Amino acid sequence: MRELKVLAVVVALTLITYWGVEPFAHSQMHPHVAEADFKFTDVDGLKGTKGDATAGEALVTANCTACHSIKTKGFPEVMDNASSAGAYGVTPPDLGSAGKLYNADYLAAFIKNPAKASDVSHKFTDGRAHPMPGYSWMQAQEIADMVAYLQSIAPKEMTNKEVFVDACQRCHAIKYADMQKGTMAAFTPDENIKDYMGKIPPDLSQYIKSRGHGYLETFINNPQKHLEGTAMPRVGLTEDSQAQVVTYLEEVGDSSKEQREELGPKFLIYMVIFAIFAFLWKNSKWREVH
Amino acid sequence: MAKFEKANSVGEWLDQRLNTTTFNKVMMTEYWIPKDINFLWAMGVLLATTFGILIISGIFLMMYYKPDIGLAFDSVNYTIMQEVAFGWLFRHMHGVAASVIFLIIYIHMFTGIYYGSYKQGREMIWISGMLLFMTFSAAGFSGYMLPWGQMSYWAAMVITNLFGGVPVIGDALVVWIRGDFNVADATLTRFFMLHVFLLPVTIMGIIGLHFYTLRIPHVNNQSSEEFDFDEEAEKYLAGNKKESKVIPFWPVFISKDLAVLGIFLIFYFYLVFFHYNFAMDPVNFDPADNMVTPAHIYPEWYFLWSYEVLRGFFFDIAGFKAFDIGLIAFAFANGIFLVLPWLDRDPAILPAHQRPLFFIWFWVLLADLIVLTVYGKLPPTGTNAWVGFFAAVAFIVIFLVLPIVTKIDAKRRGSL
Repeated sequence: MRELKVLAVVVALTLITYWGVEPFAHSQMHPHVAEADFKFTDVDGLKGTKGDATAGEALVTANCTACHSIKTKGFPEVMDNASSAGAYGVTPPDLGSAGKLYNADYLAAFIKNPAKASDVSHKFTDGRAHPMPGYSWMQAQEIADMVAYLQSIAPKEMTNKEVFVDACQRCHAIKYADMQKGTMAAFTPDENIKDYMGKIPPDLSQYIKSRGHGYLETFINNPQKHLEGTAMPRVGLTEDSQAQVVTYLEEVGDSSKEQREELGPKFLIYMVIFAIFAFLWKNSKWREVH
Repeated sequence: MAKFEKANSVGEWLDQRLNTTTFNKVMMTEYWIPKDINFLWAMGVLLATTFGILIISGIFLMMYYKPDIGLAFDSVNYTIMQEVAFGWLFRHMHGVAASVIFLIIYIHMFTGIYYGSYKQGREMIWISGMLLFMTFSAAGFSGYMLPWGQMSYWAAMVITNLFGGVPVIGDALVVWIRGDFNVADATLTRFFMLHVFLLPVTIMGIIGLHFYTLRIPHVNNQSSEEFDFDEEAEKYLAGNKKESKVIPFWPVFISKDLAVLGIFLIFYFYLVFFHYNFAMDPVNFDPADNMVTPAHIYPEWYFLWSYEVLRGFFFDIAGFKAFDIGLIAFAFANGIFLVLPWLDRDPAILPAHQRPLFFIWFWVLLADLIVLTVYGKLPPTGTNAWVGFFAAVAFIVIFLVLPIVTKIDAKRRGSL
């Protein structure tokens, strides 16, 4: 009985200390932020306007392909990555998957005013302008048509890696995804992206470890929530696309997770068996002396 | 040379040459431990086992780790964690064991304090134990630098900076420790040497000393009862096992240790597989960057109480700079446990619950250490800073009053 009392005291003090230095300390250092908003209710979106993809095709071809590639529709990149980064500050994205990756309302708002929709207006002051001009002069119907077109040409299924490549890799490297050949460097060369963003955006190889699911989910959805004034734009990923990005970060950054979770219970079962035998041995030995 | 008969077995052959039978008796089957003990007496074996886990997992990690600032981070987080078969397991085992070993050290230490196992002949046990605490702390600190993450770098920066407070030679000392004006490649390589060679070898030596210090004064027991070990041992050997107050290390004592170890290992491996962030801080998965200071810099949990004593003095007092006062308090905190046997002025060896004032002293000390630990991690702003200040002052006062507290207890009992 006495041993249980002693054990209770030891366990209680350990738990109090643990609570203080882990959950409590982290709650103090990283204040809670609101849940991710995948409806993008605050943006100047479609407001229910239905678009016509056929009309949109003509508009996109006329207005977008001067800078953006749409490889699946026969519009190749106008320049290589280094040249386009030199011209615009950052390499423009291919639009082939935009309709799948990004929320439709967000996409509409972005076309109208890129800096505002992506929450980075603070970056473009003192005469600096977002590399993509806004199209707020267009009719709401025209914007909706373009969004409808982008949605119509987007692939229905994409791998986690494809989502990452199209949504993140223009700025971010993830070198652990290919240490041998180095194909997972950021598309925009370092010197351009540094100039454009203020610093080189971090390599994301270990972000699943350093930031964790909870932080990534709210951060990607709206970076300003955690880092006010950050140069990282809100990119407007849909809930599914963002989940694919996070899963990809986990596949690359925590590739032993599956093995760990598979092996853990076996170790524990083994240890329970060891403990049972140890207790039986102990009882047999102490019976002689008590 | 002694005359050797032909041996009839390998055991006999070895016994002739190494006297293994006697050795076995002295070290195991006739090494006497008191019978009146609880599971807290198993912490020594838990520590030895955890240290063994650290050595073995460390050897495997060392095969792939690269002590170079350009390679260290990736060698840990890519090569070991993702490429090497079960490399992640060895890293998790190493990181979690390094953290958990301090929990057990603290339990072991406070068991000693509670039952008065540090005085009246047991001073060397206590001192060698405290030396182990210090060398383990150095090993923990040097090891934390090796992954070369943000916390590795900035903790190294903050802690090495502290030596700058040493009078006269401070600045030169910092450069000497770092091997550079800054925390840099030279620092990483020398801390690697300390972590994988000098400190483990020193620790093994002091563990030997720590075991040896137990020989003459013997292990204390739950009621701090004094008895003649030889007499009790004779009873045991004569077959009066139930009356005897002692048990042999092997197999009786160790059987209980292994039972406790079984429970401990379930807890430990649960942490290794499912709950390891407390030991491997997420911030350290960002590569070291001397241009970006992390929002919060804090040491591992086991250093937080002394770190908070250092940080608690955040304002100048009577012309003394806050930094200097903090540093003196920090030195006090790290040295004071060493002289505990002489601060306790009560000549009797008794468990704390039989020493009324000391009993209160003990729990106040524990409570203060927990407060220091928790506030050592929180941002030192507003109320937090003041809680830290008062807890740090309390820590010093707690030790200053110990001689008085123990004397009053002794006088009331009539021991003085």
